[in-house]
Amino acid sequence: MSPVKSNLQAVLQAGKFAVTAEAGPPRGVRPEVLRDKARILKGWVDACNVTDNQTSVVRLCSLAACKILQDEGQETVMQMVCRDRNRIAAQSDILGAAALGIHNLLCLSGDHQVFGDHPQAKNVFDIDSIQLLNIATRMRDESKFAGGKDIDGAPDLFIGASANPFADPFKIQVPRLAKKVAAGAQFIQTQSIFDLEKFKEWMNGVRDRGLHEQTAILAGITPIKSLRMAEYMATNVAGMDVPDAILERMRGVDKKEQKQEGIKIAVETIQQLREVEGVRGIHIMAIEWEEAVPEIVQQAGLVRG
Amino acid sequence: MILAELKPIEEILSYLGGAERVLLVGCHGCVTVCGAGGQKEVDLLADTLELALKARSQTIKIGKRTLERQCDAEFLTEMLQEAKQFDVILSLACGAGVQLVAEKAGSLRVLPALNTTSIGVAEQKGQWGERCQACGDCKLPLTGGICPVTRCSKSLLNGPCGGSSQGLCEIGNGTPCGWQLIIDRLEATGCLDQYETILEPADWSSARDGGPRKLIREDLK
Repeated sequence: MSPVKSNLQAVLQAGKFAVTAEAGPPRGVRPEVLRDKARILKGWVDACNVTDNQTSVVRLCSLAACKILQDEGQETVMQMVCRDRNRIAAQSDILGAAALGIHNLLCLSGDHQVFGDHPQAKNVFDIDSIQLLNIATRMRDESKFAGGKDIDGAPDLFIGASANPFADPFKIQVPRLAKKVAAGAQFIQTQSIFDLEKFKEWMNGVRDRGLHEQTAILAGITPIKSLRMAEYMATNVAGMDVPDAILERMRGVDKKEQKQEGIKIAVETIQQLREVEGVRGIHIMAIEWEEAVPEIVQQAGLVRG
Repeated sequence: MILAELKPIEEILSYLGGAERVLLVGCHGCVTVCGAGGQKEVDLLADTLELALKARSQTIKIGKRTLERQCDAEFLTEMLQEAKQFDVILSLACGAGVQLVAEKAGSLRVLPALNTTSIGVAEQKGQWGERCQACGDCKLPLTGGICPVTRCSKSLLNGPCGGSSQGLCEIGNGTPCGWQLIIDRLEATGCLDQYETILEPADWSSARDGGPRKLIREDLK
């Protein structure tokens, strides 16, 4: 077997506990914003996810941002949502990314445009995330476009998807993961985990079906920056589960120390997640707070190298 | 049925411009049932326009007529004769009705008084909800009789996104999560195992994406 082009894939194949983090592109053309993020994250993570117009707010495109980060020596995971591109554009962007050396792809449906700053926009949703997984997998494995024609030079890809154990209906979340695995998801990055018990319940279902052996599950971590952020996530973000115990804990510390407390909670959560059979790594989503990543990785004893 | 609602009166007035003779044309079809464009609404709109223009010291001659259907040319003939005495036809039909009238109205201007919103059902008194997007390739057998293309805000064919919470869609406004409805229905009918079949990308060529659609029935010609 030829060596894989994705470092993230190599890390997981070697059985190492993987660390990924998220980096949001800027709302303008300044590449130095991304270069700064690369400098913060480099050496601390195996790959860095680049969001694709997250929450439907226009940002520098994921593909270009990935290229800028990779030029700084930081491997990336290109996130791709189905909201803004049909199957023609999706496949075209996958080819473009692979040609530029971007080999990790995360297939997502995408937030509805009503959340962003262009709620008047028409959405696409020609395909959904599971169909995108399927298409990307066939492009790589069969060298075929979705339309059936041959690709002249197939992309080398490590393909992933998201999972949200906290979304409803709960009973469908394991079958939904099974569909994603069947469609080709080699790795999974989950929604931010604050409710460990619920996550463990989901993982029980995942293990019962042996899905943890067919895909690498990276558990999502979001360090809480402030009590306000925790309250916002608890009440305003659909599909996010922030238990009262976390809110109480944040309320109990002085405002100046809330950031540190947030990091502490993140580190404790990682330590507990490492004990969960089938968790193969973590994915840190420090929203516009990339500086927190090295601290978390270090405190959690996950230093790379 | 096709659902529609009255446009804001200021918008209608802005289209009318200086027209002095306006023929209001209602429809006894869907728009009567959803209370947007029947006889009653024609009368109401006539009064509203008269009052609004009176306040601007403008006079207007209003004619009123409500047809069996505006989407069928055979019901338009008499109305089009009468319309010759008017400057403008203001149609209270759905978008299809307005367009057929415009196709047949020669040099006469035809304006819409309604916004056509969807194909749907009466959910309760005074409330209607969308049920069909006329994609031309009905997937209801696979999804418990609830349409993912219409009821899921993202038209996802393979299950709920991460934004489904307590039966509601992430877009808010109390919109039910279409996939929660589908899962509940599959479960109630003992078909939940159907959920794990991966639905392939849809062929949207039968939808609007394939261009304007035409239905031809040689046997009825």
